Amino acid sequence: MAEPAAAAAAPAGPVLRLEGLVKDYGGGEARTRALHGVDLAVGRGEFTALIGPSGSGKSTLLNLIGLLDRPTAGRVVLDGQDTGLLDDDGLTRCRGRAVGFVFQFHHLLPEFSALENVMLPMMAARGRQTPDMAECAGALLGQVGLGELLHRRANLLSGGQQQRVAVARALAMAPRVVLADEPTGNLDTRSADALFALLRQVNVRAGVTFLVVTHDPRLAARCDRIVELVDGRVVSDRPNRREGS
Amino acid sequence: MPFELFVALRFLREGRAQTALILAGTTVGVAVIIFLSALITGLQTTLVDLTLSSQAHVVLKRPDRVTRVEPPPGGEAVVARVEKVPEREKSIEQWPAVLAQVRATAGVVAATPTAAGSAFATRGELSRSVALRGLDPLTFDSVVRLDDKMVAGRFHVEGTEAVIGTVLARDLGLEVGDKLRLTTAQDRGDVFTVSGIFDVGNRDVNQRWVLVSLRQAQTLLDLSGGITTIEAKVADVFGAEATARVLGAATGLSADSWMRLNQQLLSGLQAQSSSSAMIQTFVVIAVALGIASVLGVSVIQKRGEIGILKATGTSTGTIKRIFLIQGAIVGLVGSSAGGLIGAGLSAFFAHAVKNPYGDSLFPVALSPGLFLGASAVALATGLASAWWPARHAARLDPATVIRHG
Ligand SMILES: Nc1ncnc2c1ncn2[C@@H]1O[C@H](COP(=O)(O)OP(=O)(O)O)[C@@H](O)[C@H]1O
Ligand SMILES: [Mg+2]
Repeated sequence: MAEPAAAAAAPAGPVLRLEGLVKDYGGGEARTRALHGVDLAVGRGEFTALIGPSGSGKSTLLNLIGLLDRPTAGRVVLDGQDTGLLDDDGLTRCRGRAVGFVFQFHHLLPEFSALENVMLPMMAARGRQTPDMAECAGALLGQVGLGELLHRRANLLSGGQQQRVAVARALAMAPRVVLADEPTGNLDTRSADALFALLRQVNVRAGVTFLVVTHDPRLAARCDRIVELVDGRVVSDRPNRREGS
Repeated sequence: MPFELFVALRFLREGRAQTALILAGTTVGVAVIIFLSALITGLQTTLVDLTLSSQAHVVLKRPDRVTRVEPPPGGEAVVARVEKVPEREKSIEQWPAVLAQVRATAGVVAATPTAAGSAFATRGELSRSVALRGLDPLTFDSVVRLDDKMVAGRFHVEGTEAVIGTVLARDLGLEVGDKLRLTTAQDRGDVFTVSGIFDVGNRDVNQRWVLVSLRQAQTLLDLSGGITTIEAKVADVFGAEATARVLGAATGLSADSWMRLNQQLLSGLQAQSSSSAMIQTFVVIAVALGIASVLGVSVIQKRGEIGILKATGTSTGTIKRIFLIQGAIVGLVGSSAGGLIGAGLSAFFAHAVKNPYGDSLFPVALSPGLFLGASAVALATGLASAWWPARHAARLDPATVIRHG
């Protein structure tokens, strides 16, 4: 149910295209330019690491791709759609449908159960709760290894478990792209390895495209491609020989 | 269940202490409004009922001063003649026609002819000055009900029967079946038998009124078949003054409504109503501020969650509705609970606090309209006070919220 259109059957061309992305924060004297014209194309089913020093613009870039923010200049083309043409509600809808997020601070709603957290994007999109949503969300939680904890409240789960719920939630709407901003940043090494393995597994099995910000060179080394950002510019973009698989 | 309602209910359920606080505030507010309204309405109804129990709504009589105004040549009114009408000439001319006209006037429910004048009531050595009132036994009942105010005997004024008040009965030592003599200024007199004793809750009336048949009063007051007053009952008690004006203009008689005769009572009631309205307004404002501040705090506490909801595809409008619904739920639940408590409080006071006669000192008037009104006010207050927090929540920028964790 969570599986998007198979990569093989999808139309040719990148699932994500960035053209000359510029982002300024603040105005007047206080203006700082976080991104200086970023061009990037990400193919369907690619698993890309985004690395770079702190303050280099990684989160800014992810927010623009995820339609949480609008660029100062340039275009974000998501699944063939120029998102600059959408109004706010259009952006919200497109975001809910095409993008899944995994944040560093797991960001679940604490008063909802694991199952309900995964159902949230579905309910938001449909406007109400339907029985098939629980079924679908349950299956997703099974996939991330939490089939036993469906009804536990989010704030009673461990950090690693919460982040797995966040992954399941990111997959809930069968998005084109999953954006993960330092998803393992708050986890111990073992949990981090397990979570990364999970992301990779979803990518391989379901063909979901991933863009993962990480500080950890060990994890970056397990990606298909590594893009490095310094001072708001892409300084290197190289394919990576996959180890293991 | 709609998504908004689902999230709103969960937020309320999880914010236990805060939810309990605003619910309690709203409940108390609505209870106060219900209790206060019921009490004020009840008290006022009782006061008006008491006032009207021995009084006709409108009383018509011949003007005791005749003021003739000549058409003013220079725009100035000239009082040509002012004179006191002699006792004998107080009777209403062609009263059967006037009575028919009064009865046919819109707003008038019933009218009855009466003959009134002053007299002395004597029993043995004792004597009191009284107000003699001659009633038409057939129609008086339809204008003023006295039969339910009798404490002894019955309300009956045929032949030489007289009905008197409790104070006069005590002053003259009279009981039902005793005789008393009535003498008028016209030097006519007769002996009457007390058929009943009333208590209308007004000392003056209980002391001064002596009720006899119209025919007897006409004889004693030397009116030779005439009457001095026409008393009327109107459909709308508080429209009495307007009807009185219409009647006065139509008949040329002086028409006084109970409202004019009880202006102090009326302005007292008005002052009471407006201070009660003011208290209720402040209660509504306090409740609104309470709901707004608690929801406002909740929006600030839930910034991160609002950001997540937005990041996962929840629209601005939906976020706004989530908080508006919380306000509406608080208003509705609070008004239900407050309605129950207010009604319970009213019933308790009505039953528990009574005067020595067993009458309630807190007569309360609970009506479905009062509950509907209070619920509507509470719902509107809930929605209005949730408006600002909801708007604030809807405007939160998810990128900023998520960035700061
Ligand atoms: N909301 C903001 N307002 C002002 N400056 C910002 C904001 N967000 C990011 N920046 C600035 O933009 C630059 C890039 O930040 P960020 O995208 O968070 O980098 P990274 O995620 O790589 O650490 C930094 O200099 C940061 O201070
Ligand atoms: Mg960052």
